[in-house]
Amino acid sequence: MNEKLYLDAEVELEQVYSKPKSLTDVPFHYCPGCGHSVVHKVLMEVVDELGIQEDLIGVAPVGCSVFAYHYMNVDMQEAAHGRASAVATGIKRVLPDKLVFSYQGDGDLAAIGTAETIHTINRGENILMIFINNGIYGMTGGQMAPTSLIGQITSTTPYGRSAAQIGNPIKISDLISLLPGAYYVTRQAVYNPNAVRKLKKALIKSIEYQKQKKGTCFIEVVSNCPSGWKMTPVESIKFLEEQMIHTYPLGDLKVPQN
Amino acid sequence: MEKEIKTEEARLMKGNEALAEAAIRADIDAYFGYPITPQSEVIEYLTREVPNRKDKKTVVLQAESEVASINMVYGAAGAGARVMTSSSSPGISLMQEGISYIAAAELPCLVVNVVRGGPGLGTIQPSQSDYFQATKGGGHGDYHLIVLAPASVQEMADFVFEAFRLAEKYRNPVMILSDGALGQMMEKVILPKDGSLSKTAKPWATTGKTKDRDHNIITSLFIQPEEMEKVNLHLQEKYKVIQSEVRYEEIQTEDAEILLVAFGLSARICQKTVDLAREKGIKVGLLRPITLYPFPYERLKELSNQVEFMLDVEMNAGQMVEDVRLSVEGKVPVHFIGRMGGMILSPEDVLNKIESIHESQNAVNA
Repeated sequence: MNEKLYLDAEVELEQVYSKPKSLTDVPFHYCPGCGHSVVHKVLMEVVDELGIQEDLIGVAPVGCSVFAYHYMNVDMQEAAHGRASAVATGIKRVLPDKLVFSYQGDGDLAAIGTAETIHTINRGENILMIFINNGIYGMTGGQMAPTSLIGQITSTTPYGRSAAQIGNPIKISDLISLLPGAYYVTRQAVYNPNAVRKLKKALIKSIEYQKQKKGTCFIEVVSNCPSGWKMTPVESIKFLEEQMIHTYPLGDLKVPQN
Repeated sequence: MEKEIKTEEARLMKGNEALAEAAIRADIDAYFGYPITPQSEVIEYLTREVPNRKDKKTVVLQAESEVASINMVYGAAGAGARVMTSSSSPGISLMQEGISYIAAAELPCLVVNVVRGGPGLGTIQPSQSDYFQATKGGGHGDYHLIVLAPASVQEMADFVFEAFRLAEKYRNPVMILSDGALGQMMEKVILPKDGSLSKTAKPWATTGKTKDRDHNIITSLFIQPEEMEKVNLHLQEKYKVIQSEVRYEEIQTEDAEILLVAFGLSARICQKTVDLAREKGIKVGLLRPITLYPFPYERLKELSNQVEFMLDVEMNAGQMVEDVRLSVEGKVPVHFIGRMGGMILSPEDVLNKIESIHESQNAVNA
């Protein structure tokens, strides 16, 4: 981190920031303002700081983060839609001393993969599940997610999501907190530097718990989708602060009882 | 010496249990499955026996569904494990998406289908109605499994070893296509020798990125069509090589004038028909494909120069018969007899069919 950079013979600058070594040099394909890039970066910062690049195996989902394995310079597997936690279970069961995480969006984890989500956590699989909740299907073009807000306009709820017609936003983190297999459940965000710092702490804690074989750690990240929400990045942050966090309040939902 | 005798000892076992015991002896690292009749003895046997084998570290996990099972298999196979699952027809249907991903990502594993009668929820009785699904891909996209069809409890055990040999050699999923009768019936079996199936290095597996290599990625996503086409061409090249693994058994084909073609349980029935027919002076032989993919097209083509007609016998509406007809390219008539929905033909049924075809041909000739 403290390497000296020599731009020319006269000026000597100290390098104060570089991207994590565990990120590849591939440019992110994510839209400007999207939370995925920040979560990727923070996660790989944690990998660098804890020195776990050789021990970590990740599972990418189907959704916008389907190419997570292009960016995260750790061994990774690409799972079928919704099945990341089952794939992670398969990996962890045969390599119990490695660290395993899954990275999934709301459609993946909270709709098509609900059964896998609940049963993976109910077994207390000793993995980290990262859940990016941006309330929309980003990759397929902005359709309703199980976590879309009431009244939210999406390409499949063009008049706004109606609870009477399609149900209420599903609060997966609240649900799975009830399961004894869930060791640590927290809801974080990445919409300002303070939130990013808190997410990083949660990630570090989760890795430590996994090393101690404590059970499933589950981190929901309330995120934004400027393209899917049809907003500018700034507008999307405002929507997140004013609307998303109202439905999905940030903070720990389950902490270890020691 | 005493140990040697012990491993060679004959046991009386159910097909499903012999298969499960063979899996333990093949040193599987993991089994993921979900109960379904008529194959539940596989997971029952493994959950009962594995904890008693102190030398084994086999993971046995009852998943929440067949969908979860096959994706656990994907994860474990991608992490370099020797891994398998088993199910019966409706459960195998649920696994198709995962099997397609496994074939595309070129992961070695074993999927056992103890077939029951369908379609739909069907029946729990034996059937061969999943032939198309097993041999033509089953899920989406252009891919093939290697398919082994046992015809005895002995082969239920032996083919586990054979399946992993082939799966690991070609990085391809292998299916054992059995049926409810082979799974449930008890026969004498000499079990394969414990620990005799060696393991090879899998440098492509996601076991944690080491400093001396790039990160390993297990995926089936190739968004650029040029790249996806290359992946497909590579798979098709592999399937061409796999054709050399074709296996079949011939019974009294040397002088046969009529050829029965049948796999699995139907071949057991036809074996008796061959004897019955020969007692009556009718020269009948039997070709039993052991690998259903690759299929013995070439051998059947050769035999079409020798026989008057072929009779394909299956416990379905006529599935393999399409491959038999492809083999002979119209040179000889290929007839079919089958029963569906869990019903089984008798050797006499098959003999009667042979005689009626014979008579009608003679009538035409006269």
